[in-house]
Amino acid sequence: MTLDPFNIVFYAAAAFSLVTTALAITRSNPVYGLLNFVLSLLGMAVIFFVLGAPFAAALEVIVYAGAIMVLFLFVVMMLKLDRNAAARETSWIPRTIWIVPILLGAALGGELIFVLLNHAGGAASRHVVVSPQAVGIRLFTTDIGAVELASMLLLAGLIGAYHLGRPTKAGD
Amino acid sequence: MVTLSWQAPTALAAILFAIGMLGLLARRSLVFVLMSIEIMLNAIALLFITAGMRWGDPQGQIMFIFVINLAGAEIALGLILLLRLRARITTLDGDKATLLRDVKA
Repeated sequence: MTLDPFNIVFYAAAAFSLVTTALAITRSNPVYGLLNFVLSLLGMAVIFFVLGAPFAAALEVIVYAGAIMVLFLFVVMMLKLDRNAAARETSWIPRTIWIVPILLGAALGGELIFVLLNHAGGAASRHVVVSPQAVGIRLFTTDIGAVELASMLLLAGLIGAYHLGRPTKAGD
Repeated sequence: MVTLSWQAPTALAAILFAIGMLGLLARRSLVFVLMSIEIMLNAIALLFITAGMRWGDPQGQIMFIFVINLAGAEIALGLILLLRLRARITTLDGDKATLLRDVKA
């Protein structure tokens, strides 16, 4: 590991993302959890930028943190969670409930890191910035079929959300 | 010349995925279950970006766009199901949502 500015920024943003993600899944108030996750996404955008993907970094901030997570936040506000809900939430996560998932998560993460560290596929790569232009050209020429599939997925999501969200006679 | 190892971002993606799985296993509240799924999807997105960096190829960012697409469609359906379920079970407890019909509060 060399300590040039890119590596310093990467490790700082990585530590930031890890801490905020860990905070996000342990909060009892969903709003605080979501705000922590938004912070984690902003750290992730910095990482994307360092990794030479400025277009993905912009999309992460605008679409993921800006649109998807804000939609999530609005829906959580519509759920009318009160103090009772927060207390119930706290009672659902006693410290003992984390033991088995932590063991399982550590096993999975440990295995993945073990595989990575034992992989001999080159130690470092040059810092190449892939421009948005290159992404756009590839996206709308060779990958046009995948774009069509993605649009169908979004259409299915739209129709599904409309169908499930329409008012019913029972009023629920 | 600036060099970045590809192992470090990949390891970060693995740890973030494990954290997301941890939340998915440990939490009962459906809001946090959905958020954990988002965390795992985001870890996968980081993996694609890392692969794109390793080979200097736009394909990584293209896959990232599709992952965001999937996350958007998934979160729209997940949240609307959450809202519908909220009207029936009133506590957002994932353990109570075992019957899709006739859920009694």
